[in-house]
Amino acid sequence: MMRTLKIGYSSLVYAFLYVPIFVLIVYSFNASKFGTTWQGFTLKWYQNLLENTSLMTAAGNSVLVATLSATCATIIGSLAAVAFYRYTFKGKKVIMSLVYILMMAPDIVMGISLLILFVTIHMEPGFITLLLSHITFNIPFVAVTVMSRMKGFDKNLFDAAGDLGATEFQTVRHVLFPMMLPAVVAGWLLAFTLSMDDVIISFFVTGPDFEILPLRIYSMVRLGVKPEVNALCTIMFTLSLVIVMISQILNREKK
Amino acid sequence: MSSANDIVRLESISKSFGGHGVVHNLDLCIKDGEFVTLLGPSGCGKTTLLRIIAGLETQDYGRVFIGGKDVSIIPPNKREVNTVFQSYALFPHMTVYDNVAFGLKMSKVPKDEIKERVKEALDTVMLGNFADRMPQNLSGGQQQRVAIARAIVKRPKVLLLDEPLSALDFKLRKQMQTELKHIQRKLGITFVFVTHDQEEALSMSDRVVVMNEGVIQQDGSPKEVYENPKNMFVAKFVGEINVLQAVIEKTINGKLRANVEGRQCRLTKKHTYVEGDSVKLLLRPEDIRLEHIKDADSDYPLQGIIEETTYKGATLDSIVRLDSGTVIMASEFFDEDDPEFEYKTGEKVAVKWVDGWEVLLPDD
Ligand SMILES: Nc1ncnc2c1ncn2[C@@H]1O[C@H](COP(=O)(O)OP(=O)(O)O)[C@@H](O)[C@H]1O
Ligand SMILES: [Mg+2]
Repeated sequence: MMRTLKIGYSSLVYAFLYVPIFVLIVYSFNASKFGTTWQGFTLKWYQNLLENTSLMTAAGNSVLVATLSATCATIIGSLAAVAFYRYTFKGKKVIMSLVYILMMAPDIVMGISLLILFVTIHMEPGFITLLLSHITFNIPFVAVTVMSRMKGFDKNLFDAAGDLGATEFQTVRHVLFPMMLPAVVAGWLLAFTLSMDDVIISFFVTGPDFEILPLRIYSMVRLGVKPEVNALCTIMFTLSLVIVMISQILNREKK
Repeated sequence: MSSANDIVRLESISKSFGGHGVVHNLDLCIKDGEFVTLLGPSGCGKTTLLRIIAGLETQDYGRVFIGGKDVSIIPPNKREVNTVFQSYALFPHMTVYDNVAFGLKMSKVPKDEIKERVKEALDTVMLGNFADRMPQNLSGGQQQRVAIARAIVKRPKVLLLDEPLSALDFKLRKQMQTELKHIQRKLGITFVFVTHDQEEALSMSDRVVVMNEGVIQQDGSPKEVYENPKNMFVAKFVGEINVLQAVIEKTINGKLRANVEGRQCRLTKKHTYVEGDSVKLLLRPEDIRLEHIKDADSDYPLQGIIEETTYKGATLDSIVRLDSGTVIMASEFFDEDDPEFEYKTGEKVAVKWVDGWEVLLPDD
């Protein structure tokens, strides 16, 4: 009895979460334009999508910004994590809390403050401002991902490396870095997905000549959900599913 | 104490963590080729001392010499010592081979030589066939051997071992004790071995350094430390010991007559105490001899009542309550020819000991 109840309850929760996505995926293959009834299988919406050049440009821009910002943020965030882990320096605690605060800060606050910053220093909103903003909000996520992995490391490993004749650089290069690599890749993937679907911050900091996918979708759905949007979301969902799976595998502790 | 062939010399080393003193003004000399054990209870600063020798921790005061050279401010990677860590600290992302080769790669030894020396080191610890395994896929004992191979492959002047056997089960520990001794003899490297197990310390070392609360309590051969403990801490920490209260009553030519637990006893060994001194008389359980009392009237120096006897195979352990109320333990070897070698609970026995094997310490 208890068991049935438990299974029923969790099915309900999962249904609530996943049925809409499932419906969206099904509709992306539905021949009906208004999508309330099933009128046969089609790939038309996917084809329309590919032919919609402005949407494709926006998608390309998004991938570009996501790749670049994830890469920059991963380098900076990982180095920060190494510094926090290996070294003691003045103000370390303050800087570490700043990282967490930045991660928790509401997007709207970050968006507006970045906008004010760019206006103050007279930077045209566009690719550069968008990229800088994405790097900024991604850094703490990468740093925290990498740091949480490093918490599990035996500190004696680095003493052992030094004891065996490794310099500080060699210790980081041959011991710390290979050990943190899976977390670095996971951090990159996280940054990439965060960047791909950010709406709020991007809304404030990008300009009219550099359109990105989430904002483009946002403006599209204001006039009602078109089936192309379903197709697009299906692709993005599949992509993020793959990314989540990869980072899960990477972050799994080796037994 | 210091001499030219000291491989390690510590001069007035002090170290504290956050205002809490861990090592206090400590001096220690270790000779080339010696097997020295640092013995002490957990938390007494053994690991800290080892890490100071390795350079992984910097002393607050004092100087460290290795091979006659002052290395006080030399970083660990430039010191000719290697460490076997308590947690083994094997690199989880490297094979056994790469773990052992690590030290040689860091000092840019040619590839062919690395191959040869890693093989040799792995053979020494009998892991020749495990080169391609990952450390996670080895048993605790095998990981331990890899840690040893990794530390000896660089042929350090001194090998530091921090409780290397404490994670192993009893049988494996005994086996590794013998093997470690063997490796030490074969390589001729100085071993500084840390343990909190007194039996391990006594059976393996040339010299035992007993520590407590960051201070050396006694430094001597296993026999000295066991038979002539310098203070109560060493006496109690290094094996079982019985403590009796005594007052010196008379000295005759350095020999003493003492009141031990209310009874008069003669002590034949020379001691430096004088009349009126209050002392503790220490006896190892295996130095005590019990005797049946046949004639109730005769006057035995110390008497007691058997409270419990335990058959231990080679020995018979008896717990005796002396007339004064003090409880002692005696551990006697069986005498095959003596059919009467047996005590009944509640039986009255005389308590004697091998003449001169008692230890006297001042009462404080
Ligand atoms: N890095 C450290 N920071 C603060 N306290 C430490 C540190 N290392 C050791 N201690 C303290 O120093 C004392 C001695 O530790 P240790 O040398 O590890 O003892 P042992 O190896 O004899 O068990 C302990 O009280 C321990 O808590
Ligand atoms: Mg220790």
